[in-house]
Amino acid sequence: MDFALTEQQELIRKEVSALARSFPPEYWLEKDTKAEYPFEFVKAFAQAGWLGVIIPEEYGGSGLGVTEASLMLHDIAASGAGTSGCSPIHFYCFPPMPVIKHGSETLKRKYLPRIATGEIVMSFGVTEPNAGTDTSRIQTRAEAKGDRFIVNGRKVWNTNAQNATHTLLLARTAPRDPAKPFKGLTLFFTEFDRTKITVRVIEKLGRAAVDSNEIYIDGLEIPMENVVGEVGSGFYHLLDSLNPERVMTGIEAVGIGRAALARAVDYAKERIVFDRPIGQNQAVAHPLAMAWAKLETAELMCLKAAWLFDHGQPCGAESNAAKLIAAEAGFEACDAALQTHGGYGYAKEFHVERLWREVRLYKIAPVSQQMVLNHISEHVLHLPKSY
Amino acid sequence: MKILVAVKQVPDTATQVKISSDPKAIDTAGITWIVSPYDEFAIEEALRIKEKRGQGEVVAVTLGPDRAKETLRSALAMGCDRAIHVNDPALANADTMTTARALAAVVKQEAPQLVLCGRQAIDDDAGAVGAQLAEVLGWPCASWIMEETIDADAKTVRVGRQVEGGLEVFDIPLPAVLSAQKGLNEPRYPTLKGIMGAKKKEIKDVKASDLGLSSITPELSITALEALPARPPGRIIPGDVKDAVKELVRSLREDAKAI
Repeated sequence: MDFALTEQQELIRKEVSALARSFPPEYWLEKDTKAEYPFEFVKAFAQAGWLGVIIPEEYGGSGLGVTEASLMLHDIAASGAGTSGCSPIHFYCFPPMPVIKHGSETLKRKYLPRIATGEIVMSFGVTEPNAGTDTSRIQTRAEAKGDRFIVNGRKVWNTNAQNATHTLLLARTAPRDPAKPFKGLTLFFTEFDRTKITVRVIEKLGRAAVDSNEIYIDGLEIPMENVVGEVGSGFYHLLDSLNPERVMTGIEAVGIGRAALARAVDYAKERIVFDRPIGQNQAVAHPLAMAWAKLETAELMCLKAAWLFDHGQPCGAESNAAKLIAAEAGFEACDAALQTHGGYGYAKEFHVERLWREVRLYKIAPVSQQMVLNHISEHVLHLPKSY
Repeated sequence: MKILVAVKQVPDTATQVKISSDPKAIDTAGITWIVSPYDEFAIEEALRIKEKRGQGEVVAVTLGPDRAKETLRSALAMGCDRAIHVNDPALANADTMTTARALAAVVKQEAPQLVLCGRQAIDDDAGAVGAQLAEVLGWPCASWIMEETIDADAKTVRVGRQVEGGLEVFDIPLPAVLSAQKGLNEPRYPTLKGIMGAKKKEIKDVKASDLGLSSITPELSITALEALPARPPGRIIPGDVKDAVKELVRSLREDAKAI
């Protein structure tokens, strides 16, 4: 067993951290307040080649794994950029995965190099208002007509849809068979045709800088060649995106927790009340120490799941566990950090408040804590399915 | 054109440096190490010169322990072509003059047309190595440069160096040693491809004996390091404004002798 990062991974951490930290907390506060997309930040990462981290080298990327993408996203989050900084970048990391693994050569040649440079802005369309986590019951339909599919339906929680040029889209191409509910779903990688897709932004608790949306698809035409993998097997192809998504979002929560913890520790050393730094009080110190320990633990689980994925091994249980533990650890760290700051924790200019709002997301998305526990109960512990 | 860039690994600017149990050294436990920021200007300028001329080679060199290799790896990730690591326990306590002599030996072996370095390392802030290196080599030197233009034949360089209220402009024959001031350029961030490529670039390990340095006798030695005295706590003068001001003035005059 070897827990050491390679020299290259160390350098990735260091340089991502330096680049991300060149955008100070005030930048993110302003983006959050004005609900402005962080174009400058994404451009800086595009120029330095980070968007191509998992795109294979023959398609213009760097061909690294979920491990390296996770290290990158962790350090973006930990820089204080939080979810506002991670979300635009992670869309270059897990949505392309099914295309890389299952896409045709034509599809890969056409799109992957443009994803690597950041020319393509990705969105991801799986969740639906009437299906939620019950993905097999999605209602968006794709009907074959000649050399193309015609898609109609609705999706919700489409991040980036205000600016997206392309989207990964899951739609039903055959009626739901209760015996094999996940068959008959097809995955598409397609252009975001705004003449056929209407986008409505959803105002939300955190991450105002990066839009979440509801989209209405009305007669979207998708050429046959834009099917990812096999028609009818889209859900299974999507799993290659969902496990990395859990790992990457999990480690983002760890990074956000660390950003908040670092602020809290500085504050606890400097803030003098009753003639002593407040960090001298165990009631202040212990929650921070506990947060540190849990963040370390959560990071290990994320990196283990990433390692399994990168080595082509099953990682469903581990990816889910990583997301579960990381979302808790990240939230507890932000909450302890906010509490440490007292009243100032509630003030925007101390930056913990934004992180606290952002980190709450990870207990809900990309999958709720409860559904993770269901997954572990059923698929790891083999207990009877509860729903 | 071949350019040699001398770089140093230093504690991160955000590090709270503490003195170790050995009062002549700092406690290096838990320190994050970075390339000295002024050296990054030097690396960037060397890369720009190479890019502008469309050919050339940029060689990074450092003197330091094993961990200093990270600094060279960063320089390679930024775009330097190869690196030289002068790594010898005999040089562990090198003063600026010893460092300059070791670097001069590297320069003699490599024979670059230009040596660039930062105006000072931000750890001990001596700011001496660049000028001492030029002196050992017998080369001209300009410190704290804000701009440079090399002529087409790479025979001379015109430099502007920062002085009070303006620039002092010199024409200097090459080879020469230049030290970089903040403002010379904006250093690039290494690209991911640069980082991946850095792994394949050569870092040559060099010992003092490889440089023909037989006896190493520092001319400076550190007697002791002292932390700054703790700042005495502030004092709040209570009472209403009229009395408090009187007491403040008295205290400034008699206790602090400030007025």
